[in-house]
Amino acid sequence: MAMKFAEGGFINNLPKIYGTYTGGFIIFILLMAILEQLGVSAATIGILFVAFTVCIYAAIGWLSRTMQVDAYYVAGREVPPVFNGMATAADWMSGASFVALAGGIYFGGHGYLAFVVGWTGGYVLVNSLMAPYLRKFGCYTVPDFIGTRYGGNMARLIATVVLVVASFTYVTAQINATGTIASRALLIPFEVGVWFGLLGILLCSMLGGMRAVTWTQVAQYIVLIIAYLVPVIWMSNVQGFGIIPHFSYGDAVARIGELEGLLGVGAAAEADPGVRGVRVLTTLHNDPGTGMASWKFVTLAFCMMAGTASLPHILMRYFTTPSVRDARKSVSWSLLFIFLLYFTAPALATLTKLQVLDPELATGIIGKSIEDVMALEWIQNWAAVNFLAIVDSNANGLLEINEFFMRPDIVVLATPEIAGLPYVISGLVAAGGMAAAMSTADGLLLAIANALSHDLYYKIIDPKADTRTRLIVARVLLIVIGALAAMVASLRLTGILGAVAWAFDFAASGLFFPLVLGVWWKRANRAGAIAGMVFGFLAGTAYLYYVYTGGSEWFGIDHLRFAIIGMPVSLVAMVVVSLMTEEPDAETQAMVDEVRVPSGRAILDQKD
Amino acid sequence: MANNSENRVMHWKKTRNLTIIVLILWFVFAFLVHWFAKTLNGGSFLGFPVGYYFAVQGSLAIFVILIFGQNWLQDRIDEDCGLRGD
Repeated sequence: MAMKFAEGGFINNLPKIYGTYTGGFIIFILLMAILEQLGVSAATIGILFVAFTVCIYAAIGWLSRTMQVDAYYVAGREVPPVFNGMATAADWMSGASFVALAGGIYFGGHGYLAFVVGWTGGYVLVNSLMAPYLRKFGCYTVPDFIGTRYGGNMARLIATVVLVVASFTYVTAQINATGTIASRALLIPFEVGVWFGLLGILLCSMLGGMRAVTWTQVAQYIVLIIAYLVPVIWMSNVQGFGIIPHFSYGDAVARIGELEGLLGVGAAAEADPGVRGVRVLTTLHNDPGTGMASWKFVTLAFCMMAGTASLPHILMRYFTTPSVRDARKSVSWSLLFIFLLYFTAPALATLTKLQVLDPELATGIIGKSIEDVMALEWIQNWAAVNFLAIVDSNANGLLEINEFFMRPDIVVLATPEIAGLPYVISGLVAAGGMAAAMSTADGLLLAIANALSHDLYYKIIDPKADTRTRLIVARVLLIVIGALAAMVASLRLTGILGAVAWAFDFAASGLFFPLVLGVWWKRANRAGAIAGMVFGFLAGTAYLYYVYTGGSEWFGIDHLRFAIIGMPVSLVAMVVVSLMTEEPDAETQAMVDEVRVPSGRAILDQKD
Repeated sequence: MANNSENRVMHWKKTRNLTIIVLILWFVFAFLVHWFAKTLNGGSFLGFPVGYYFAVQGSLAIFVILIFGQNWLQDRIDEDCGLRGD
């Protein structure tokens, strides 16, 4: 079986293989639905869903094991664009996108939509400025590009440091998410769930590196997109919001606007529910504001976009295609596959809100008597695990908008129950969340371990290391970094979202301009790139520290947007220092010319 | 490599112009329409307020089309200059 993956036959048969896999998954869902009808408990179905899918990923990881450098670092550069698009989409859509995005929109209103715009618009930058050129370069890792384009171990080392900081920030959030989902689905403590999640992630990535991660991510994308779309579309049909809700929820937006006035959305909670992490709805659903609100929207969107185009775990996915043209094609497929989830999340947030708020709907709870609401099954289930709370602060026996507390995650996790769908759908959602968090964690861990093993160990410490040693070092690093991330995650230092946004800001502050100008500005040189990375990264980090420790924000730039400080510093430092120092030698300039041409051999034809 | 330096200069010039056009469109739909979301919300599209629509679907769909379109045009440029990348 393992040999099958090494042959060209595997690549040619991809549509058949993943078609069969998708069919098998659907049969599995139906089987679970039958088991539910036969009276198998909800808890068992949840366990089966998560355990079954994680075992499949681990099996793919085992079948993709390799001892070849090319296969380990860049999946042998043979991933067709559509499949690379799916893998990138899974790599990209994290546990936060899957579980928290719709909830964020529910609570955050228009301002939160900056994430939706930013996390899709960034791909225009990836496609225009980065992916095709980095693919032509033929590097194994992002610091590999920096190190070769600018020359010298110093630039390579600094790029590696920035990469590690950005990706590590991100990966702890992902392992945290796998822990949360595993603990809820498998009924184990969170701390155990974190290590279970890590085990699954390592099984997917350790033996086969990028090759294994690629083929598991494709499988994970299929699970996560089915798990996201099916409940929303089913809910919409059950509740009469239209067959495909995406195009028809404009009325729901208007209705929510009316209800917000009637119900008094905006009133702060009067009582403390005594449960951590739950909030009442205070932000209007569609109130963009002007001035500062607009500024906050575009700055957040900008940071997320620049971060998208600088995050190594995404960029390195485009190193795996056969050609430059295929790298570009993959970006377009990536965004299309990402779009499917991102344009569903606002529909889900809107319809869930309407179901909860509208007293004319059977599902509405606001304005109903608290006794009746407390009798609802989904309220009891989620209150039992502290995901929601009800406090009758004015003691009138009716549930007011500012007496209903919930965690944002509930919007995705409880949709099936609110709308009265069978439990099998909740199991599916858990499997989807697990797939989303695992696939992103895989990509991030591999990005870190590959940079450390290739750039730090092989290129800087021991350039004479043989293939076997290099691949063993890569795997040991993967385990060590995974364990460190799981340890940090089990401390629960930050909420999922804070850490995710920080990763984008770190990457944008330190890497965006050195990467872009490496291709687009021939005059950029080593000293400039080093200055750009160091000053951009330090300025951003210093500002984050300043704001996070209570410093007053400059122009409304908070800790989610610190790349707005880091990036200009990076640009100015890089341009000024480049111009003050000698221009790059003729060889480097010729290399830049060569990068700009899509045809011909890769710059670094690394076939060792 | 069956291409001369003149071809390469032409290719890069066309590539750069295409990139600039794409980035201008990107700027419009990534930032400009959202800056004026409140004003745009006065209008209606498919039953949605326009400003809201851009943030939840419009801009996203335009980004997808923009990338597919850019790649289609870039392939034409590559082929015209005899520098097809595969």
